[in-house]
Amino acid sequence: MYKEWNNFKEGIWKKEINVEDFIINNHHLYEGDESFLQGISTKTKAVWSKCQSLLEKEITSESVSIDLDNISGIDNFEPGYIDKENEVIVGLQTSEPLKRIINPYGGIRMVEEILESHSLKLDDVKKKYFNDYFKTHNQGVFDAYTKEILRAPKAALLTGLPDAYGRGRIIGDYRRIALYGIDYLIENKVKDFQTLTNSDDESIRLREEVSDQVKVLKAIKSMAAKYGFDISLPASNSREATQWLYFGYLAAVKENNGAAMSLGRTSTFLDIYFERDLENGSITEEEIQEIIDAFIIKLRLVRQLRTAEYDELFAGDPTWVTESIGGVNNNGVPLVTKTSFRYLHSLDNLGSAPEPNLTILWSEKLPDNFKKYCASMSIKTGALQYENDDLMRPLYGADYSIACCVSAMRTGKQMQFFGARCNLAKALLYTINGGVDERLNIKVIDGIEPIKDEILDYEKVLISYEKVLSKIAKTYADALNIIHYMHDKYAYEKSQMALNDTVVERLMAFGVAGLSVVTDSLSAIKYAKVKPIRNEEGLAIDFEIEGEFPNYGNDDDRVDDIAVDIVKKFYKELCNQKLYRNARHTLSILTITSNVVYGNKTGATPDGRKAGVPFAPGANPMHGRDKSGALASLNSVAKIPYKDACLDGISNTFSIVPEALGISIDERKVNLATILDGYFKQRAHHLNVNVLNKETLIDAMNHPEKYPTLTIRVSGYAVHFNRLTKKQQEEVIARTFHESL
Amino acid sequence: MITGKIKQIETMGLVDGPGIRVVIFMQGCPLRCIFCHNPEMQEYDGGTKYAPQDVLRIVLKYKNYFGNQGGVTFSGGEPLAQPEFLLECLRLCKEEGINTCLDTSGVGNDKFNEKILSYVDLVILDIKALTNDKYKEMTNLSIDKNLEFLDLCQKLNKKLWLRNVIVPGINDTENYIKSLATFIKPLSNVEKVELLPYHTMGKIKYEKLNREYKLIDTLPMDPNICKDLENKLRELIKISD
Repeated sequence: MYKEWNNFKEGIWKKEINVEDFIINNHHLYEGDESFLQGISTKTKAVWSKCQSLLEKEITSESVSIDLDNISGIDNFEPGYIDKENEVIVGLQTSEPLKRIINPYGGIRMVEEILESHSLKLDDVKKKYFNDYFKTHNQGVFDAYTKEILRAPKAALLTGLPDAYGRGRIIGDYRRIALYGIDYLIENKVKDFQTLTNSDDESIRLREEVSDQVKVLKAIKSMAAKYGFDISLPASNSREATQWLYFGYLAAVKENNGAAMSLGRTSTFLDIYFERDLENGSITEEEIQEIIDAFIIKLRLVRQLRTAEYDELFAGDPTWVTESIGGVNNNGVPLVTKTSFRYLHSLDNLGSAPEPNLTILWSEKLPDNFKKYCASMSIKTGALQYENDDLMRPLYGADYSIACCVSAMRTGKQMQFFGARCNLAKALLYTINGGVDERLNIKVIDGIEPIKDEILDYEKVLISYEKVLSKIAKTYADALNIIHYMHDKYAYEKSQMALNDTVVERLMAFGVAGLSVVTDSLSAIKYAKVKPIRNEEGLAIDFEIEGEFPNYGNDDDRVDDIAVDIVKKFYKELCNQKLYRNARHTLSILTITSNVVYGNKTGATPDGRKAGVPFAPGANPMHGRDKSGALASLNSVAKIPYKDACLDGISNTFSIVPEALGISIDERKVNLATILDGYFKQRAHHLNVNVLNKETLIDAMNHPEKYPTLTIRVSGYAVHFNRLTKKQQEEVIARTFHESL
Repeated sequence: MITGKIKQIETMGLVDGPGIRVVIFMQGCPLRCIFCHNPEMQEYDGGTKYAPQDVLRIVLKYKNYFGNQGGVTFSGGEPLAQPEFLLECLRLCKEEGINTCLDTSGVGNDKFNEKILSYVDLVILDIKALTNDKYKEMTNLSIDKNLEFLDLCQKLNKKLWLRNVIVPGINDTENYIKSLATFIKPLSNVEKVELLPYHTMGKIKYEKLNREYKLIDTLPMDPNICKDLENKLRELIKISD
């Protein structure tokens, strides 16, 4: 029993590590409106204005600042500050803001390449050490890849595989440091270690991992000490709680360069501390908002060193510091607190920004005032995304978090093996072309007979497509098994796993891109006449379509059922594959900005899409083909089954012009909240909401200086519009903007 | 089996009645309003055939989005011009507890109007003009049916939203607003009045249909001036919002 726990309500959380139980027993539901919120404080203003000029410099100079002296690690950097006396929450990845870390564990070759592209060089000692004496994740993976796997990324059948960068998508339960203190966590890990007495592969691996975890917990403590904080014991007040929690997250981003380094679900947890401090009179609302804003600023400054190819796939330098807000508990009581509002309010105090990736866990039961506030912040900033709590809670419990864009996992109890995505549209072309790539003219999949018919026959194509999907599933699973085996071996995320249960459940997250393209293509083959146009090598490089066919996105079962069928089939094929560490199979329909790259590398398709044209993002209908109004478009996407096939999420990005949402601001708020209610009642999973005019985006493309903070949701994350490539900007503009008639 | 002709179904209408609504644009209209921006919906041939059951099935697909305000709006064209079909659609929707709204000029068939209104929660009535001459000038029909329909709405205590398109050079004057106020003031159950600024987005459609566009030289109504007129009107009749 710690004195730091005074005035908290009893629960099993005092006897075992159980943050969920602590939250359920102690949280203060807030059903009021946003009128209590306070503006930006003097200290925040001072710190944030320094950051703003640094951020501006980072964008305009187009060069990044890199720490060449040290390498990634929790305690490898001297403490860094932005404006020491005004910083309410402290801690930076390196000794200076925005200075990026070299992380060679994922692959030394990539580090050298990146440095070269910035006209920099790794010093000889590090170069020699990592090339001659130490093997990295990337080398391990390529030592084990099969020839089938190697062909797939080359042809852009599989892209974005985390074989050359950190896999990310692991969330450490950073709240544990605040609630229990480091010493208690170490004590528990030591106890766990003693129970692991078997000596099979898995037990040995786990024993080694737990030993490493104990070491890094000590390193986190040492890192915090350099900033002047002793985090051995639980946090005794709200500022400490925020600081302790942040040290946990900071350790994760000092040690790892995962694609998505998400935060978890922290607002309602911290609210319990704020409420206690308010009750004992030791804090004011201004001071609380100051702490939150200071914390958010830190999250906005997280940076990783990336290759040019990576930036092309995931534009805008995203880090996916995803924070999940809202939801309800297992008794239907909303987990909305004043701090849920305060996090969103940072968008007013600091201006709109893509990070942290603020994610609202939407339930029908959320308080009306909160629903309206979320809607108003969406309309104002375009920075929020929404995910269906009523769909996820029964599967993940009441204390799950979203990693990256749409990936749910039980906080502290599950982790993910991130698996990028597979190009389903290309797979259809392989079906027609006998496994040969239409662009590279190389065989990518063996054992597939080309279809030589003059007019494509639906049944025949479908049977062969299933065979292709089954072969891809095998190659895809092989690739991910190898990647995660090697990642655990050479670049294990010790600091994050130290904050989670010793025995965690693992989810292997497969993904698909091009769903709407393949769906419309199959619809065209089924309902119209599709004639392939073949080149000299006999490869179908274009298609003639005669007649009408229904398009996905119009709430028409004739075609929407095809989409449902494809994801179910592919998921079933994936489930036939045995996975590393007995991971569970999950699947997402999500592209990030890779829909543009995928489109670029895929030939013409039977739906009439020309070669090189971008795919629609995520599970979206193809641009301009959803012609039956916004709700019909939403309903089509809502049919894709979450529970039965796509447990890693179904991303939908929705753009609507402000006028179509209603006449007055108040109407727009209510209407947007009602649309969200309706969409999620249809058992849909995710929605990005952009409320803006196409003209604004076109103006922003031509005059970027007029829109420095214009933030838009792309697919699972938000981005400053200015940081997209021209081609990506054009793709966003080409999307369907729903208007009223 | 009754069927009707529908030009288009908008699954998310947010301006034709309260909340989120499915808007059914019905084919055909007896009026020829000079400012009409949907001339392709005027003729009776055209559109797609639907049975009332089909309409209900489509509307029900969006029931989850209606919340506690939204529902279905029958617009057009002129929905009253297909009275039996409209009646059956409305009856089926009401049976499912769906909020119903009728966006109309009021020009329909006396035999069906009362029955139709018994299934309507809100009438959005378009006022074209206040005198018979002007009405005829604007729509090519006499004002009688419009006034009779309004009387019937009053008799049946129907909730009303009144709309009037404001066209420069025709009715964009303070005098007209004053007469409009005098006309509206004695009416009961008026929940909302909206002045809609005339726009020229329909012009191109007339060209495509190879039809004469009478307002060829008229500029669009300035939305801000229209808003000012609307505020004046509201003040005169004392309806806030």
